[in-house]
Formats: sequence, C-alpha cells, structure tokens
Amino acid sequence: MPQTLSEKIISEKVGHPVKAGELVLTPVDWVYAHDLSGPLAISQLEKLGLGPLKYPERVIFYLDHSSPSSTAIAATEQKVIREFAHKLNLKFYDVGSGIAHQVIMEETLRPGDLVIGGDSHTCQGGAVAAFATGMGSTDVAMAMLLGRTWLKVPETMRFVLKGKFPPGVYAKDAMLFIIGQIGVDGATYRAMEFLGPAIVAMPLYERTIFANMAIEAGAKVGLLPSDKKTREYFKEFNREKDYRPLKPDEGANYSYTLEVDCSKLEPQIALPHNVDNVKPITAPELKDVKVHQVYMGTCTNGRIEDFRVAAKILKGKRINPGTRLVATPASRDVYLKGAKEGIWQTFVEAGGLVNSPGCGACPGIHTGILGDGENCLSTMNRNFKGRMGNPKAFIYLASPAVCAASALTGKITDPRNIR
Amino acid sequence: MKFKGKSWLFGDDISTDLIFPGRYVHLLSNIPELVKHTLEDARGDYAAGVKPGDFVVAGKNFGMGSSREQAATIIKQSGACAVLAKSFARIFFRNSINNGLPVVEVDTSGIEEQDELELDLKAGILKNLTRSFERRFAPLPPIMTEILNDGGLVSHIKKHGDFHL
Repeated sequence: MPQTLSEKIISEKVGHPVKAGELVLTPVDWVYAHDLSGPLAISQLEKLGLGPLKYPERVIFYLDHSSPSSTAIAATEQKVIREFAHKLNLKFYDVGSGIAHQVIMEETLRPGDLVIGGDSHTCQGGAVAAFATGMGSTDVAMAMLLGRTWLKVPETMRFVLKGKFPPGVYAKDAMLFIIGQIGVDGATYRAMEFLGPAIVAMPLYERTIFANMAIEAGAKVGLLPSDKKTREYFKEFNREKDYRPLKPDEGANYSYTLEVDCSKLEPQIALPHNVDNVKPITAPELKDVKVHQVYMGTCTNGRIEDFRVAAKILKGKRINPGTRLVATPASRDVYLKGAKEGIWQTFVEAGGLVNSPGCGACPGIHTGILGDGENCLSTMNRNFKGRMGNPKAFIYLASPAVCAASALTGKITDPRNIR
Repeated sequence: MKFKGKSWLFGDDISTDLIFPGRYVHLLSNIPELVKHTLEDARGDYAAGVKPGDFVVAGKNFGMGSSREQAATIIKQSGACAVLAKSFARIFFRNSINNGLPVVEVDTSGIEEQDELELDLKAGILKNLTRSFERRFAPLPPIMTEILNDGGLVSHIKKHGDFHL
C-alpha cells in the first residue's frame, strides 16, 4: 500500500508495514534533551536506578537555553547534565555549541531516522526526512533508558507549494501564511508533509522552516522529502555518506491537501499573541508599528543564509536609534561562517549586537528579554504572551528580510521597499 | 476514578508559557515554589485560590507550545484533580498522563466559573451539578489509561519494566 513519509519511516523502524492510526512501540535512533528538559529527565532516570541505558550511543545532551549560563541555578543544573553525560560516556554538547535542533541536523540526523527530543521544536529534524518529534522529559528519559518509545502513527496533511517566490518573499512567509490558514491547532496530532515544485527547488535552510514550525500548527512532525538538495546539504557538512533519497509514495493517503502558490505571496507577519494571527505586511494595521527590538536567530531562522540576507540589507547603513538589533547564530558553525564572511562586522557597524550561539531569548531566559509595553519583531517561531520573558510585551514574527529592513526604519517595514 | 470539585475557567489556546512562564525558569527543579505561579499569566488568582479537587476547565488547544513538562506537574501539584478542555495540544496531553494528571477531551461549553462538577473517568461522564447537565466523552487509549492508573510513566515502567502496550 502506498505510504506517507511518516508511515514509511515508522514501518522501517518496526519492521512491518504500518498505517495511520496504529499504535506502535518503536526503536529510536536518537534521543536528546537540553538544559531545560535534561534535569528532570536525569532525575526520572535516577528514580529508576539509573539504567543501564539500552543504547547509550544514541543519547545526546545539549546545553543551549542558557548559553553561557544565566544564573547560579542554571549553571548548577548544567553541571549535573555535564557530569551525567561524562559518567555514562554520552554525546554531549556544551554551551557555545549551538541550538540542539540545528546542531543535530548539521552533524547527526539521517533521512529515515526516528528521533525523540525533549523540546517542542525537535520537529525541525523533519527537514532532512527524519521522523523527529518533541516530548516531555519523562518520555525522553524512558526512551533513553529503553531505546524505544510508543506513539500513534499520525494521519498526514499535505501542503503542495508551487510557483516561484517573488523577490523579498521567503519560506518563512509561506509557513506563516500556512499557519494563518489552518490555525495554531490545525494540524494537532497529525503529520504535515511539504511537497511540490517550490519545495523541490528550495535549499535545505529554507525547507527547515516548514519542519521547524510544524509544531506551531500543533503537528507531531513536519516532514520534507530527502532529495538532491538534501544531499547538497550533507555534502556541505562532509557527511554525504549519510544521505539517502526518501519520499512519500504516489497515491499515499492524505487527510487534507492545501496548495499554495508562492508567486502570489507577500511578506507575512504574525501579530501578537498567536502564531496564526497572520497578516500580509501591506495590511493597514501594520502601518506604523514601532519596533523597539529586532531579534534575529533561533532554531527557526538562525542559519548563515538568514544572516546573509539581513547583512545585505544592513550593509553600510545604521539602524534606527530607537531600535535595538540583536543577532544570535543558531550554531557554532553559523557563528564561524558569519565571522569569516564579515557578517557580524556588518551587524555591529550598523549598531547591532551579536550573541554567542544559543536560544535563551526566545523562551525568556536571557540575552534579549523585553520591557513592559515594548514591541519586538523577531525571526523566531512563537509570539505567545509571556514569550521572551515579559507578558506585558508584544512579539511580531517575520522573515529575516523584514527584520533587517525594520531595524533600519524602527517600524515594521516591507523589505521590498528598501532601496 | 471519580472526582468532585469546582471549576476554574480558562479560554482557548492556553500555552505552556501561560501555565509556566519562562521568567520562572530558575524554579524549574523547585516545584514547591514554581507551583505558586501555576497558570499565572492566564489568570493571576488561580494558584492562590484553587482548592484540592478543583478542575481546570478550558476551551480548545490547551497546553500549546513548549514541551516543558513542569506545566503538567504544577497543575497537578496545585491541587487540580483534572484538566477538562475541548481539545489539547499533543505534548502537554502526553506529559499530563505521564504525571498522573487526568486530561479529558470533552465539550466544556456551558460550564461557568465555580460550578460544581463531577467526573467519572471510567464511565466517561462529566456532570455539572450546579447547572444539571451531563456530557459524555470517549475514553483514553488503553496505554494511556494504564499509565494513568499506574500513577504516571515512571511508576508504569517500574511496574512493567517496559511500555505495556
């Protein structure tokens, strides 16, 4: 029977054909946690007498949410994780390595892997056709212990992207548009698959946004096929051997299909306080929205290509004096590439600042917390009330191009109107 | 399992950021302190006012967003006996069961603040004693019922040595 990507990957794992709706007990290829989900995972394992872990070589810890540590408590929790990882000889990425979802995509994930992560944006791994899904610390701990987990094979919603993106419009705009169409719970319990000629033509860094933000529609996973572009990506990270093609079968069963003509899209903005509160940038309510802080980075848009787009807009200019510009690369690799290419110099000369790799501002831990009544325009994935540490602030979501253009003017600005 | 208590009303799309605000991340492993801030950004009077056995009652998509498991832990520790909502976000739902917190997908319309509710998990019936109506709901998948009855996932694994599908 023709299979969706989810059905295909899970069938491979369990060793027999499965279809949407079935409950399965499945082996996991990778299971990871970070400095927020790790401490509880470790204490749950300790309650069970600490193992032994079934497949310690599949377990990874990342320190990315407080990077470097923001408080004595955070530093002490990180110490516990560090010591635990060393004691059991587990893969471990210390502060400065970057955001778990980005680092695991650069270094570890392979098409067809089944991955559990103690973070909702684990679904980013779907960009390389890995069935990657977020769970809480206890589920993660049990997967670390047993080498497997249980899950329901999800139904799949298909998103077919066609047409050429106009200048100034990016994958982020398409994904915000899609979430605006289906809502923040439009894909709950289901898989989202992103297909079509516009996806085939799209490099990995842009594809990643669809997988990463699938959770913002409530999805279990967001999957893209593995093809030529995936191979190019693996090649860039010297691991072409990890590549294999993987795509859904013709005639697979989809519970829903949405076609998106990307050539008709404008830059999109998600307004406070929900990711589905999406309007095109030309909407009247987006005229003259003051921006106090522009935050660029996160697992959604913290890749080198994102900063290249922004740097091109910022080059040789100064940001608005009423606006702060904060850049945070998603990984050490992005940090290094940005340094070599002079991108950080462009940001700093424009009046911005550059953090070390991590993601502390998005959940509201440090490096970019907002003040009362302030507006932030960000490349991140969530604009919930209280996100970025202050329930009295307002977060707007957009592409890197919109963010860079707006940093220059101090208000939400269409990048198509800059020079 | 049967529960009886009063309702605390919440709206749609209550995120885990509203349940466990990121600014309290330093209390991540300090549940007795963190519990004092349960649902603080959704409504500030809940944590201090909730009585043991009360219900958290919400609209659609309760628990959306982050996977922070403490969101489920503190609702349970706050004294609530269950969360009733029109629908739930996936990770929060699973976290709740893993923590032994009953989560029930049921039509919550018509329930008002501080209504007296009675929940019969096994029979799949929610009664509003104040307004004299009842709603039926579908049972959890058997694996989840079992984890819940075992008192959460850690106890489940302790008991069976594995997931007992």
